[in-house]
Amino acid sequence: MKPYRYERAEDISGAISALADEPEGAFLGGGTNIVDLMKLGVSTPDVLVDVRRLMSDDIEETEDGGVRIGAAVPNSDLAADPTIRTRYPALSEALLSGASGQLRNMATTGGNFLQRTRCVYFQDTTTPCNKREPGSGCSALDGYNKNHAILGSSEHCVATHPSDMAVAMAALDAFVVTHGPNGERRIPIEELHRLPGDEPERDTILEHGELITAVELPPMGFSSNSKYRKVRERASYAFALVSVAAAMDVEDGVVRDVRVALGGVAHKPWRATKVEEALRGEPVSEENFRAAAEIELSEAEPLSENSYKVPLARNVMVRTLSDLSGEGR
Amino acid sequence: MRQRLAGHSVPFLPPGMVSGFEFQEKHMFGDRQFAEGRMFAFPSHYLKGDGFMDAEITLRVDGEEHRLTVDTRTTILDALRESIGNTSPKKGCDHGQCGACTVLLDGRRVNSCLTLAVAHDGAEVTTSEGLAENGELHPMHRSFIEHDAFQCGYCTPGQIVSAVGMLDEVEAGWTSHATEDGENVSLSDEEIRERMSGNLCRCAAYANMLPAIKEVSDR
Repeated sequence: MKPYRYERAEDISGAISALADEPEGAFLGGGTNIVDLMKLGVSTPDVLVDVRRLMSDDIEETEDGGVRIGAAVPNSDLAADPTIRTRYPALSEALLSGASGQLRNMATTGGNFLQRTRCVYFQDTTTPCNKREPGSGCSALDGYNKNHAILGSSEHCVATHPSDMAVAMAALDAFVVTHGPNGERRIPIEELHRLPGDEPERDTILEHGELITAVELPPMGFSSNSKYRKVRERASYAFALVSVAAAMDVEDGVVRDVRVALGGVAHKPWRATKVEEALRGEPVSEENFRAAAEIELSEAEPLSENSYKVPLARNVMVRTLSDLSGEGR
Repeated sequence: MRQRLAGHSVPFLPPGMVSGFEFQEKHMFGDRQFAEGRMFAFPSHYLKGDGFMDAEITLRVDGEEHRLTVDTRTTILDALRESIGNTSPKKGCDHGQCGACTVLLDGRRVNSCLTLAVAHDGAEVTTSEGLAENGELHPMHRSFIEHDAFQCGYCTPGQIVSAVGMLDEVEAGWTSHATEDGENVSLSDEEIRERMSGNLCRCAAYANMLPAIKEVSDR
């Protein structure tokens, strides 16, 4: 592992200025991903600024009826929180379907968003990878790509975002609150992560030295009727091949409102807005769910090894929406 | 384990940078081990002995306080094994995938291989060895022996610490991916499998671990 300096700032503004003159520096939260990547030689920071103890680890209800989650809240505490479990069950389920008990105890809410892809080529410094080494090429395009993206990828990168939590957050219309060199901002989850385009090295729109300090879940009456369904290669402790987070407001057999996001299919949590548009105001039925899912997936561009993800994503969406509508029971 | 030979002269390094060569033992399951070496460049001020790379920390391990000087790169696992001499937690994959290094950190189970020691100054660490009090085995130790819940034993300290931490999580009412109604937790076989999925056993002694853990949870 490359030598680095370890720093602990007094407060959030101190942490931000500690990285201002350190272009190769990084923040350290729970460390579950960056320490691994440092061992692999994929991440090579000069400085680690430890922010875990600086940030809130509280989960509090806000005045408008939403919930504010401190960025340092461990994944396990967020999953176990009674308010989250009853009002935003998809979020609790997403967290519990990710990683292991040990990792969930270490991983923070803020850090979970910023995990890097588990693309094998990204993690292997002996192979070309545009995300790790811009301009070196994408080994997955014609290589091992069965776990890779089917939506929104580019000729430069076909990696997927690994987080389960972020997919649920996308479906629940969450915002991240950040503090950075240019002040504070509030970013919708949908805008936090980027598609690869010709800059696959950038996972998010965050500036260097910009720190996620909290996450806000807005009040959403029907978020208590939400669900996370994940398909993976083994029953536990594996990344998603495809996952779906959805929330649905049903009245008299009609979809009044709906939120759908997909995991494991793109460089970012994929908000399925076409599904949502197609279903609003429509009667609840498996045929309607299937038709809506197919509209979303009509733009899918599978690679040599992952065309299975198209019907899988469709079926997982149909099943999840059916469950939420009461049709599947 | 780790040797660092700093200050080699390599051409074409920018001013203020020196090069080093690091040998890192690459651990594999089974009896094969490979040494891996990597060249790297780092700022020359790291060599001046001004404390850039070293940190003084205190860890309370199995009830005993240890004052240590650690390289900032040292994980709690390496601090335990190499500095303190507590070889109870094992280095399996060293990437958080196998769970052999599981310890309780301030009462919660974590992968000590992904936990930087410098970030946990003052922490309380409990290893499988420390679960035994006054020379008495912990009920989980005893149950593993009674149920023959291991073969080679390499993953066992991690399994035992993980199981103890897991039962505390159940006690606290934490649900899991396997919890049926999402509310009441009863520790079924499926629950134990799900909650222990962060601990691998290459001998596949799972069949006996399950009743070993269940018996302790039923008490």
